[in-house]
Amino acid sequence: MTLVAPDGRRANHEPRSALSHLNPVAKLGASLVLALVLVLTIDWVSAGVALACETVLFFWAGLTLRVFFLRTALVWIAAPAAGLTTLLYGQAAGTVHWSFGLVLVTDGSIELAVATVLRVLAIGLPAVVLFITIDPTDLADGLGQVVRLPARFVLGGLAGLRMVGLFLDDWRALELARRARGIGDSGAIRRFANQAFALLVLSIRRGSKLATAMEARGFGAPLERTWARESVFGAREYALMGIGLAIALLSATVSVATGSWNFVLA
Amino acid sequence: MPTRSATPSPDAGVSIDARSWGWRHSGRRAWAVSDLNLRIEPGERVLLLGASGSGKSTLVHALAGVLGGDEEGEYTGQLRVDGRDPRQARGRVGLLLQDPDSQVILARVGDDVAFGCENLGVPRAEIWRRVDASLRMVGLNLPLNHPTSALSGGQKQRLALAGVLAMRPGLLLLDEPTANLDPEGVRDVRGSVARVLDQSDATFLVIEHRVSIWQDLVNRVIVLDRDGGVLADGTPVDVLARQREHLAESGVWVPGVPPLLPERRRGATSTPQPLLRAESLSIARVPGRVVASGIDLQIVAGAAVAITGPNGAGKSTLALTLAGLNQPAAGRVIAGRAFANGAAGDPIRWKSRDLLTRIGTVFQDPEHQLIAATVRAELAVGPRALRLTDAVITSRVDELLGRLRLDHLADAHPFTLSGGEKRRLSVGTVLATRPGLLVLDEPTFGQDFRTWREIVRLLGELIDGGTAVVAVSHDTDFVAALADVEYRLPGTERSAAPVFDR
Repeated sequence: MTLVAPDGRRANHEPRSALSHLNPVAKLGASLVLALVLVLTIDWVSAGVALACETVLFFWAGLTLRVFFLRTALVWIAAPAAGLTTLLYGQAAGTVHWSFGLVLVTDGSIELAVATVLRVLAIGLPAVVLFITIDPTDLADGLGQVVRLPARFVLGGLAGLRMVGLFLDDWRALELARRARGIGDSGAIRRFANQAFALLVLSIRRGSKLATAMEARGFGAPLERTWARESVFGAREYALMGIGLAIALLSATVSVATGSWNFVLA
Repeated sequence: MPTRSATPSPDAGVSIDARSWGWRHSGRRAWAVSDLNLRIEPGERVLLLGASGSGKSTLVHALAGVLGGDEEGEYTGQLRVDGRDPRQARGRVGLLLQDPDSQVILARVGDDVAFGCENLGVPRAEIWRRVDASLRMVGLNLPLNHPTSALSGGQKQRLALAGVLAMRPGLLLLDEPTANLDPEGVRDVRGSVARVLDQSDATFLVIEHRVSIWQDLVNRVIVLDRDGGVLADGTPVDVLARQREHLAESGVWVPGVPPLLPERRRGATSTPQPLLRAESLSIARVPGRVVASGIDLQIVAGAAVAITGPNGAGKSTLALTLAGLNQPAAGRVIAGRAFANGAAGDPIRWKSRDLLTRIGTVFQDPEHQLIAATVRAELAVGPRALRLTDAVITSRVDELLGRLRLDHLADAHPFTLSGGEKRRLSVGTVLATRPGLLVLDEPTFGQDFRTWREIVRLLGELIDGGTAVVAVSHDTDFVAALADVEYRLPGTERSAAPVFDR
């Protein structure tokens, strides 16, 4: 339907890439498949293979380097942090290189640390790259039409998400009002708890007003709902899911073949 | 006029029938509506009036089928929309509510309008035809992907109206649709509704305190009686003439009834030293995003400054900055030495407790500043923070309860009060610590005639008694009644200047 004008509706997002037109459900699915396989094992081979494949694909995603590193900054911070912790406190094995109190750096902990860093990157980077192009409305369309989750659940969540901005304004007003009322000087913890409770009360009131407005527009009526915009799940989406699955299987296969597969529950 | 087929002209109007109908919310002793007998013919345009507590909103919610099921309350008699239970008539009835923020459902303009159609199972191609036509009808000329969060209050109301129209209801219900809007928003929403009524045969029912907005668009006025049933019913001219006094006493703004306020003694007091001085002040609600700058302003005892200006000009931000609650982006707010009375630095540096006796702030939404479990305890919060003796606290609280007509509610939870009662309470909480400066953000927003008159009278007395007042207001009647100086923020980033002095 031309009226829908899906093009250009993302003016407030990052430059549009090949990815932004893909169904969010496929992006979610691909990231999930990859993450599921990679959390089954802790070894550097599987994560390394996955990361290598992903790096090739990132060039296709059409993101500029600047945008890529800006959006994934958190992953780049989290990965070394997790690695360092593992390095210092990870399961000891083999030669001891350094020890200080509880800290014990060994061959084993070095290997685990490398595996951890690679794993966080291999799961985190594609997830972020895929998710930054997801619009919540498109995701709701997809979850309702493709995954066929109940509309009540999907749209309730979507409408609730829109209220987050209002909550932030409420929080600020509550804070200023407490200062204005002479109780802003002391007892930070108690004040926080009191303010959090006030926010909860306000949220519930807002929520019930929103529910009334939705109900007044026929939400929850006992008839088959239609969707204004079709959520398409076609060849491109299956391809993305396939790529995710292929990377996952390839990393697992290489890992098992090289004897490095290290099942977490074993 | 556009041809009817090109617009989402609602289907033929529906009829409303109430026979001895009544409703009581669960957990309440009193009936919200009782013994209501009423017949509204298809296509009639009705203004529904009545004192607060007479059950106007309850009736409208019931007609929209959103009053809830048996667990929400109980009913007597019968209420019918086109001969059916309203809950079975969803989609035939469209409801527009008061609060713009809680009516926006989705993130994009087009989706939000489409929402109702989707729920009614309208085919996709037809949905977008209706969305387009409804947006045109309410005069919202925006792209379908426009973010709804970027709309003004008036635009949000028109968006909600478009969403309702797209469902093609036979009954259009409006519950104080303009109470929370600035004058421009009121004009726009009224204009949109007028255009809709021109092109449709739908039955129309609106609740509103300000009669003048809708008077010309309706052909019938119904006044609900607080004690149950209908108090008056007839043509607008007839009912407004016969029920003038009663309506004004009930809080309705009847055209031609003057508020009868005592004249303010303007310019009587003049102190050499101002309480507060703003010097080259720049204000920002979010640090770094300056909304107005170059503000020079003096606040003197016994005088009122009204801050006016368009939406987004920074009126509330200026008030909060003057009140010592918001950090200036640049420049200073300087307190006179006598006013500071020992508190060190600019007001933003003062301790929370130091503010109490100096600057009292009344927020736009009373719910943000109400923190206690009873009305009495609420009024005592400030005096307690000042560590006054119990005897002093009790006497101050009792005096305020009487003065604000809240004595019968002393033990009620503040959140259970009506809008007008909450507003009076929020003003009272500030008066309890007797500050020299009162800062109020839209104190008359959404208030009925009676509360409006009480607030204006109370503030007038305080000002004449030597209190300084800074009030943000869109309300021209309020500004005319109280302000000594109007300070108009232009709404661009250029410097502001007072437009007139009285």
